[in-house]
Amino acid sequence: MSDSGQAVFDRRIEAEQKIEPKDWMPADYRKNLIRQMSQHAHSEVIGMQPEGNWISRAPTLKRKMVLLAKVQDEGGHGLYLYSATETLNATRDEMNAALHSGKAKYASIFNYPALSWADVGAIGWLVDGAAIVNQISLQGTSYGPYSRAMIRICKEESFHQRQGYEIMIALAKGTPMQKAMAQDALNRVWWPSLMMFGPHDSASAHSGRSMQWKIKLRTNDDLRQSFIDQTVPQIKFLGLELPDPDIKWNEERGHYDSGEIDWDEFKRVISGDGPCNRDRIRHHKKALDEGQWVREALQAYHNKKASASAA
Amino acid sequence: MNNFSNSTLYNYLLGLADDALILGQRTSEWCSRGPFLEEDIALSNVALDYIGRARMFYQYAAEVEGKGRSEDDLAYFRDEREFSNLLINELPNYDFAFSMVRQYFLDVHACLYLQGLTASTDQHLAAIASKAIKESRYHLKRSQTWLLQLGLGTEESNKRMQTAIDELWGYTPEMFMMTETETQLSTAGIAVNRDNLLQQWTATVTADIRSADLQIPDQQWQVVGGREGKHSEHLGHLLAQMQILQRSYPGLEW
Ligand SMILES: [Fe+2]
Ligand SMILES: [Fe+2]
Ligand SMILES: [Fe+2]
Repeated sequence: MSDSGQAVFDRRIEAEQKIEPKDWMPADYRKNLIRQMSQHAHSEVIGMQPEGNWISRAPTLKRKMVLLAKVQDEGGHGLYLYSATETLNATRDEMNAALHSGKAKYASIFNYPALSWADVGAIGWLVDGAAIVNQISLQGTSYGPYSRAMIRICKEESFHQRQGYEIMIALAKGTPMQKAMAQDALNRVWWPSLMMFGPHDSASAHSGRSMQWKIKLRTNDDLRQSFIDQTVPQIKFLGLELPDPDIKWNEERGHYDSGEIDWDEFKRVISGDGPCNRDRIRHHKKALDEGQWVREALQAYHNKKASASAA
Repeated sequence: MNNFSNSTLYNYLLGLADDALILGQRTSEWCSRGPFLEEDIALSNVALDYIGRARMFYQYAAEVEGKGRSEDDLAYFRDEREFSNLLINELPNYDFAFSMVRQYFLDVHACLYLQGLTASTDQHLAAIASKAIKESRYHLKRSQTWLLQLGLGTEESNKRMQTAIDELWGYTPEMFMMTETETQLSTAGIAVNRDNLLQQWTATVTADIRSADLQIPDQQWQVVGGREGKHSEHLGHLLAQMQILQRSYPGLEW
């Protein structure tokens, strides 16, 4: 008797072997992956906007190049992830439509505005930093193409984090105005960065199954704690004030304690009412709408070429 | 002994640097706004090449000037009237067709110009040119492909490309004008004589445009003045945005 697809699948998950696009997989596994991977892809692409907002105004030519290359990398990450999601038979058009309709989410941090040059530093340092914590764990995810995309992406994210932190160091060592700019950015970016890890484990709708399928390997709260623990010493090194008065080292736990996240704000922003949600979607949609004639022309050109070579 | 002054070479280098920076800044505006993600990434690459090129020219210009100024001093602390880029570089990205046709005209020119510059008697310039020409050859492959694809694509894309060609045509003669500075330096074997490029540029462009089912405009017109700092109204806004932080807080480290 040959094994059912389900039995083979279960055994592979149990043995921590990768699931590949041609393998049988439960419909819900596929659905869950499409949700998580397309959300991740959208985050990379929408994430181009807040930092992209400073490319034209970067304070030195060198910083301009580093930032432009960084934002370009994020586009590349989006591309790997869209391609990986396409192996599950989701199309780019469908994913974009879900993004525009609000059905597909993206990291809610990108619904906050980048208001000063220091935000570019804080985003690289904290947002890419939080992404790395999450993505390192996802390198071991059970779906092969997702895991391989994560391994590729993680290398570049570490660069981004270092570059962001370098901007913060320059500002923290600068004039009082620059230091204040850095502090203000830290204060604003800190909480949304913590929210990037998602709701508490007790309140996370998708966590249970994702863990069972080994799509996710560590819980939201666990990842968030790692991020706080690694970041607090970095804040101290900069000589900036902690953005949360409740941050305290807890000897017994061996971790930093910290204050409660404003979950109402989290819900409000993720459900579409953050400061920039509408701008982000409008920007993305506008680019695609304005590029439609280009994509159509490309298609028409290739069709003509194909029929000419067939004739 | 050279019979030109340092300021002659400095002015020449600034022109080349300004051309690269202004086009790089314009092209970077496509980032997150491309017609699809792959193209978005490719355009950012082109922008990066140009900003990198600008930095090499500014660094050299600053060295030649010898007043201890940096590449950023030159990029961030000069006004519109002091920028000497060719006008074609500063025009807005009216649409994708406009940006691609501009890029194509400039790429054909850059490949010829940089080829000449690799033979410059100035070693520093020749070295910059050898690096830049590799990028420009790649840019040209891309823009030539776009010209063909959009010219032969749909009725709409053909129309948009033709409009872009018509609107940009009068900005191309400036690419072949020699300033007094350049004439001096070209006699000394340092700069490239632009006159010598026109014929080949025209031949290439004419052939490519025809094979893309597009037309060379028969109306001849030209707008010039960039090298003397007589710009379009667009440049001031570009600079205002680009220079804002340095101008607001001069002298800081970032
Ligand atoms: Fe990324
Ligand atoms: Fe990411
Ligand atoms: Fe990143």
